[in-house]
Amino acid sequence: MADIALKINGRQVTVPEGYTILEAAETVGIEIPRLCYLKDVHKFGSCRVCNVEVKGAKALQPACMVAAANGMEVFTNSPRARRARKVMVELLLSDHNCDCLHCERSLRCELQELARQVGVTEARFEGEQNFGGIDVSESITRDMTKCVLCRRCVSACGNIQEVGILSASNRGFTTEISPAAGLPIGSTNCTFCGQCTVVCPVGALKETSHRERVWKALANPDKYVVVQPAPAVRSSIGECFGMEPGEAFTGKLAAALRRLGFDKVFDTNWAADLTIMEEGTEFLTRVREHLTGGKSVLPMMTSCSPGWIKYIENHYPDELDHLSTCKSPHMMFGAVIKSYYAKKISKKPEDMFVVSIMPCTAKKTEIARHEMKNDGYPNVDAVLTVRELADMIRDAGIDFTALPDEQFDDPLGLSTGAADIFGITGGVMGAALRTVYEIITGRELPFPNLHVSPIVGLDRIKEAFIKLDNVRPEWAAAEGLEIRVAVTSGLAGAKQLMEQIKAGTSAYHFIEVMGCPGGCITGGGQPRSKDVTETRKLRMKALYKEDEGKKLRKSHENPDIIAFYKEWGEINGHASHEYLHTHYVPRGIYNELTDETFTVRR
Amino acid sequence: MSETRQECRFCAGGCGEQAKYAELDTVIESYKDREGCLIMVLHAAQEIFGYLPIELQTYIADKLMIPLSEVYGVVSFYSFFSMKECGKHTLRVCLGTACYVRGGMRLIEHIKEKLNVEVGGTTADKTFTFEVARCIGACGLAPAIMIDDEVYKHVTPKYLDEILAGY
Repeated sequence: MADIALKINGRQVTVPEGYTILEAAETVGIEIPRLCYLKDVHKFGSCRVCNVEVKGAKALQPACMVAAANGMEVFTNSPRARRARKVMVELLLSDHNCDCLHCERSLRCELQELARQVGVTEARFEGEQNFGGIDVSESITRDMTKCVLCRRCVSACGNIQEVGILSASNRGFTTEISPAAGLPIGSTNCTFCGQCTVVCPVGALKETSHRERVWKALANPDKYVVVQPAPAVRSSIGECFGMEPGEAFTGKLAAALRRLGFDKVFDTNWAADLTIMEEGTEFLTRVREHLTGGKSVLPMMTSCSPGWIKYIENHYPDELDHLSTCKSPHMMFGAVIKSYYAKKISKKPEDMFVVSIMPCTAKKTEIARHEMKNDGYPNVDAVLTVRELADMIRDAGIDFTALPDEQFDDPLGLSTGAADIFGITGGVMGAALRTVYEIITGRELPFPNLHVSPIVGLDRIKEAFIKLDNVRPEWAAAEGLEIRVAVTSGLAGAKQLMEQIKAGTSAYHFIEVMGCPGGCITGGGQPRSKDVTETRKLRMKALYKEDEGKKLRKSHENPDIIAFYKEWGEINGHASHEYLHTHYVPRGIYNELTDETFTVRR
Repeated sequence: MSETRQECRFCAGGCGEQAKYAELDTVIESYKDREGCLIMVLHAAQEIFGYLPIELQTYIADKLMIPLSEVYGVVSFYSFFSMKECGKHTLRVCLGTACYVRGGMRLIEHIKEKLNVEVGGTTADKTFTFEVARCIGACGLAPAIMIDDEVYKHVTPKYLDEILAGY
């Protein structure tokens, strides 16, 4: 491609064709103030904050939209450009709930930062304001008094996830970003993936907080409070304390949780290994049935991602038999804590309070589902996103960066490398194959360093074909079988694979779906980032490093899992079915098949 | 979910809704694969049904395989689209300055009482949708009213009764 030569603020700049003015400026270290633009998420030109002066052009030009052209002369800081963007920000503020002191985004708010950057010091424009209401669901809170109509959420929901819950309705001054007909989001087909909360620049879209719930439990002497962080949490928590992405802070995470006062600091990773035992066995059972002419439903699909579960229940309610019946790892964990572990330490289930630290907002809805209970008690009592946990660590005055590395508690804290990769697209499948292949053939999975390379990486849909030969005698029926697996992350990919299933053309035996693009490493409960693509790559690297650093890399080799089953009973046995497996609810796209909604009445 | 409606969603039957849905289906079929076809489909739907209730928007969203929020966004954006059922005729009383001072408000009160309808509403027999206009540019004829495209001048309550009797 030809290079484009232009001048920005008098400096000669050369960039590849197709670069916008804003991107061209960044190559020479000029960050043009902007609000709505977000790399790889939203490029729409809706806020006009990035307006710049272009020589020869009558009007100011939005730098995020206009392509750099040969001979162009751009002025990002001319009096006209500076005045225009300041007025733009002042007008945005004039219709914004500026009660910053009581906003959880304060000091981490892009609008606040921008107002500082362009030098807003007074409210010059006072007039009518169009504040929408506040809508609370189990997972997501919409505070429309703070919405700046940037439409990043509309892009994330509609273009990236292809779900399209949020859209602009009405016009002009009364415009509002909302679900259709102004419905509460908890009553729609929202999957609660939370990608909208990650991209929102202000306090308009956020997780529904469980922090107070957790503080209260920690302060209650009658509660035995157990915590478990998901695999992907260790890959990102450091970013909340100023560390660069790309490194896992597992030891500091365990230390921080202990200092917050949890009675036991366990690890969802342990339950990820447990999930592989249950889900892998379920898959093997389905394959065996299939090979012997039975009516087992294939492809089997993973069930760890509650956003994905809600999606299939809403959009493909007739295909729920494809889902593994396994609960997601943290739910299995909660069920084990309140039964097996409570008994071990002579506690009743009602004395136990289980907190999950998750990279996810959909998990908050998951714990509220009717079927996520055993013995009359919810499996998990609270879910904190990574962002919420970071706030609690700050609130408690813990200097995260100065913490020593500590271990998780026994006996539910030990995990293998297979569990670490649960947080990355392809990881659950990779972990399952490490175990399943070995059970069928008696040999280790034949991939360098145990990574199933075709399903590693960030492509939307990946597939792998694995031939089974020289199988163990009890698996003679599988001799020569080629196991076909597919992996996708993000709901647009899920839609593609589900359409194949619906049409009867799906060629796979086993499919992994994670609701968020890239998997949990960039889930809806993760720290926000200005460059999600780069951050995703770095967090992925961090988790693969964790995996490779472990002595044990396969779930079935976890000694604590082996010991657990000795007491618990058979894999996929009676206790497993009662506590570790679940069923799904056909909902329909307008929830017409169910009475259950996830709106929280305030 | 996209088969043609077999029965009316709004009444027990006998209202001819089935034929309307069949007509809408033909329109959707012909526009379906065109980029930006939503507005054309909504326009036709409003012609056929008279208005665009959320149930009809849902039907269109399913048929075009797009999110309901997108359909609702467009319907709520354009003032031409109506989500409320309209009467056969639109009755507009001008309340521009001239009409206002020459008794426009009296006409409003008279219509409210006589037709038992609020401004913005539709009469029970669905004959009239009642709206207020902000100057129709006929100040010399004040007070003026409009029914559909017809302008009536120097309207008094008595004259109004005669006019309405003609519809």
